[in-house]
Amino acid sequence: MLELTPDRRLTGGIRLLAHKAQSTVEPILRGLVPPELVIGLHQHAGTSAVPIVEVGQRVAKGEPIAVPGPGISAGVHASSSGRVRAIEERLIPTGARLRNALCVVIDTDGEDLPYRDAAASAWPSDRAAQLDLVRRAGIAGLGGAVFPTATKLEGVAGRCRALIVNGAECEPYISCDDMLMREVPEEIVLGVIRMADLVGAPLAIIVIERDKPQAIEAIGRAARAAGDPRLRLAEVPTIYPAGGERQLIELLTGEEVPSGTYPNAIGYVCQNVGTAYALQRLASTGEPVTSRIVTVTGLGVAEPRNVDVPIGTPIGWLIEQCGGYRGDVARLIHGGTMMGYALPTDALPVTKATSCIVAATDEEIRVDFDEWACIRCGECGAVCPARLQPQELVVAAIARDFDDLDALGLDDCIECGCCDVVCPSHIVLTERFRSAKRALAQHVRRQALSSEAEARHKRRERRREAVVEDTRAAQEALKAQLRADEAERRRAIEAAVERAKRRKHGNVEP
Amino acid sequence: MIEEPTPSSTRAAPRRFETAAPPHTRPISSVPRIMRRVLYALAPAAAVYTWFFGFGLLINFVIVALAAVATEAAILLLRRRPVARTLRDGSALVTAALLAFALPPLLPWWIPALGGFVAIALAKQLYGGLGKNLFNPAMVAYVLLLASFPVLMTQWLPPRMGDIDYRPLGFVDQVRYSLLAELPPERTVDAYTRATPLDMVKEGLRAQRPFQELRGHSMIGTFGGRGWEWVGNLIALGGLYLLYAGIIRWHIPVAVLGGLLLPALVLHLIDPSGYAGPAFHLFSGAALLGAFFIATDPVSAPTTDRGRLYYGAGIGLLTYAIRTWGGYPDGLAFAVLLMNAAVPLIDRYTQPRIYGHAKR
Repeated sequence: MLELTPDRRLTGGIRLLAHKAQSTVEPILRGLVPPELVIGLHQHAGTSAVPIVEVGQRVAKGEPIAVPGPGISAGVHASSSGRVRAIEERLIPTGARLRNALCVVIDTDGEDLPYRDAAASAWPSDRAAQLDLVRRAGIAGLGGAVFPTATKLEGVAGRCRALIVNGAECEPYISCDDMLMREVPEEIVLGVIRMADLVGAPLAIIVIERDKPQAIEAIGRAARAAGDPRLRLAEVPTIYPAGGERQLIELLTGEEVPSGTYPNAIGYVCQNVGTAYALQRLASTGEPVTSRIVTVTGLGVAEPRNVDVPIGTPIGWLIEQCGGYRGDVARLIHGGTMMGYALPTDALPVTKATSCIVAATDEEIRVDFDEWACIRCGECGAVCPARLQPQELVVAAIARDFDDLDALGLDDCIECGCCDVVCPSHIVLTERFRSAKRALAQHVRRQALSSEAEARHKRRERRREAVVEDTRAAQEALKAQLRADEAERRRAIEAAVERAKRRKHGNVEP
Repeated sequence: MIEEPTPSSTRAAPRRFETAAPPHTRPISSVPRIMRRVLYALAPAAAVYTWFFGFGLLINFVIVALAAVATEAAILLLRRRPVARTLRDGSALVTAALLAFALPPLLPWWIPALGGFVAIALAKQLYGGLGKNLFNPAMVAYVLLLASFPVLMTQWLPPRMGDIDYRPLGFVDQVRYSLLAELPPERTVDAYTRATPLDMVKEGLRAQRPFQELRGHSMIGTFGGRGWEWVGNLIALGGLYLLYAGIIRWHIPVAVLGGLLLPALVLHLIDPSGYAGPAFHLFSGAALLGAFFIATDPVSAPTTDRGRLYYGAGIGLLTYAIRTWGGYPDGLAFAVLLMNAAVPLIDRYTQPRIYGHAKR
């Protein structure tokens, strides 16, 4: 196994306080069964899964409760045994925001009885069958974006130049990948090998930030033991957002993912270490995704730690298992403090997107939102991993100047939040970019609609003119016909009159 | 949808939380902190300046600062903007400090007062306040005063420790001159003021005297102008602190000094008696203050690293050209203002290539 130490530097980025030590003291807490599960059927990107259970039905742990919907989707499974109490719309946290989704609500029985699938078979050898199994097993990007893994792997299968397995975990507070790599490195490595087999990758690079020496050691040992010549371990500098897909690719290869495309456009695919682990569980034991590791941390939680949490566990209950709240919790954050979003309540369920819950007190988060004027210090541009000029973008964003926004590369913003953190004027940048992106997309849609409407109107005008033309021609023809008929009739009358005259005068017929 | 009664024991009362948009991480810096640090960085140089040239700098600073803050407060009131919060950004004090360093130490009070007013009213608030001004406010005020009051604005004092027959003015004498334009009995302004080393060398070279001979003059110290060179050392130290603290980046200072010193070195090597050497240029006049504190004013400088190199090099070269061939002994203020005007153009042509886009 070759150890890679890329000497390339990340464009931009900042060094942040990690806040990870507090949650990595205790081992992962396992075996929790909450009294109630609220399992969202649309946790992943793409279309919602379709429920296949009924209210009142008993379900076992790992039993499918929803099958993948049309297109990009993933299956959903009961995360513990119990009885379906309701199937209803609830608010659930997903990759980038809260979403209203159909949920299967289960009252658990505490038995945690596993599902015995009569039709369960071993890991298939055929790629299509493997992808189908991954899709039905509900595997989706466990780094937090929850993009269905089957679709992502399929998008690069057969032409993959390298599989990049992301254990960088650059976002502050989150330590679930770190703990998973420390505790089950062998299974992660086996999962990586299976993924590499699936997509036919000649290289499988596991990337870990340098601030996780135990994970690096554990994965290194497991990878050497596995002895697969495709495996590489890359230690990358601890700098946010080195763990972003585009940033990892830049850091490892020096290549850039072309604007508006995904890594598969240049033959790469990135997968989170947790996803590799889920794939290995599926392949070796047939288990679908019924739980994930969640970092429960922040100064506002009594016993910060990592927990193996059944999908659908209420967040409030999860916090109780970690000693409950401590002090004044100013904000409850889903994900890390850079890209994670604030939850309005803890009465929300854990989903496959829930990598971390930060119960933050005033001391550790931004609470003052007063702004000063921009002093053009350029720090925002210096730290931007996309090499944008946030100080110019924000002017265009406020003015909703769509031409400028487009020219300044708004859609290339990865919303990492570095610019907000370094801005000495405390100008709210990323949130304005998010909102401007929505407005720009709407503007583009509206423009497309209006140009389509214009074309439609023109076509209609042409049709109308054609009809008018046709009508006029028909009228002309009719008039000519009438005139001709009239002349004919007149000639007939004149002829008759002529004949009558001749008859009167006793003339012989000619 | 059908829902059965909820067993109440299974659910704790949900807690509600305030929300806010990400990122939640606290900002690592602030405008007032930056401005405070710039003032700290200038403090050692101000102390040395005071030791060599008396209290004029501090008196001028107080007057400029009062005028600047009063002007800013008045205009903010007129513009119906938050006064206290805006003044707290500290930018007016930094402008005042830079202007005070640029002014000669012996001046009647109304010159620094007018300077403070011009810097804030004309050069800053008329453009829309902090961050909107095209030109460096302190330099606008300095150049306006220099052009309007050329005699008063060249009343430079000789340094203490000169082997010139000279008794430095005390604090009380300085304040008396500033407020009442009165000097101690039997003394005139001419008895105190001297040309600056830059002026002396420039006139000397113009009179065909070789630089080697001028270097031996009592006004010249080890590297540059006597006294001035020590102010310069501490300015450079303050500049290094700004670099270390991440307040400024290296591009502008390096480019300004490179643009000034490179032609100085080349021409001095070609003709050592006709052109002053790089050490003299570095440690005289506004070179170090300009490189570290004036040209680095972010508002009136480009925002990209490459742009800052062009901008700084332009300032250095223009300063050298004005010092060597122009009508003024120092040219940094003019060079800064000229390059300020070029900033929008520089910014436009030095935009970095966005990630994932082809080279333009």
